[in-house]
Amino acid sequence: MSASAIPLQAFLTVAAVLFCTGVWGLINSRNAVRVLMSIELMLNAVNINLMAFSSYVDGQLIRGQVFAIFVITVAAAEAAVGLAILLSLYRNRETVDMERFNLLRW
Amino acid sequence: MTIASTTQQVCFVLLSAAVVLGSLGVVLLPNIVYSAFLLGGVFLSVSGLYLLLNASFVAAAQILVYVGAVNVLILFAIMLVNKKENLSAIPGLPLRRILSGLVCAGLFGLLMRVAFTTPWALPGPVPVGEEATIRIGEHLFSDYLLPFELASVLLLMAMIGAIVLARRDVFASDVITGEPVDQGLIEKARTPLLIDTPDPQLQETR
Repeated sequence: MSASAIPLQAFLTVAAVLFCTGVWGLINSRNAVRVLMSIELMLNAVNINLMAFSSYVDGQLIRGQVFAIFVITVAAAEAAVGLAILLSLYRNRETVDMERFNLLRW
Repeated sequence: MTIASTTQQVCFVLLSAAVVLGSLGVVLLPNIVYSAFLLGGVFLSVSGLYLLLNASFVAAAQILVYVGAVNVLILFAIMLVNKKENLSAIPGLPLRRILSGLVCAGLFGLLMRVAFTTPWALPGPVPVGEEATIRIGEHLFSDYLLPFELASVLLLMAMIGAIVLARRDVFASDVITGEPVDQGLIEKARTPLLIDTPDPQLQETR
């Protein structure tokens, strides 16, 4: 691939925008499912960074791609367990409002 | 790589716009079903970015795992918990949104400063390109063998944990009182286990 077609910083910028959007959604979402979606967005931003560095800086031993595969695996496990916790929570409290999941507060 | 650099740049701009707008839609849209479908679009665009980086195997894994599994799982969760509820208003919510938006903008500025002032070791070695899948396989079965095996154990744990967490209890009788218990297998209105239930008589009539 021609190295100068797209600068590395362009990929980093896209990943930063995605990560900050995910952080904002994680803080401000009222719906618990949307919180899980925001976590997935943040994991994808990290994966874009890993893949960009693996292609631009570490082109021969593509260790970033291996790390990205591990991150994808852990994200799949996290989504499964998170949604199971969400279902159990919904069954007990009959709401998905994050503001009412405050049993352990204070 | 036979794609001309202009084509690469056009593809990158389109995919980046799809990623950014899609993620904003995921966070901001009021209807959560639209958010879930936009999340699938974001995942597809990210796999397109991986293809631009010559990583066809990871792009395929991204589509298979994220679009095929995680997104479908999220859609199922939305269908299972989809109840129209009027969220109670919280005082100071707009202020909180603005403040957290400022914090996120600051984080973005920090990341941009790091990205544009760090002297990256560029240009690095020539990328392997189409041999990436072979290299990943060699890594997974030589120096990353232990994390690879641990990932399988982790997936097994996650599967069993999800089943245990999400299933309903199937006790035939109540452990404490000995009465036949509501199996909860049929969807109907029942009193939830709310801590702040106003009147205790509502609990006794069950």
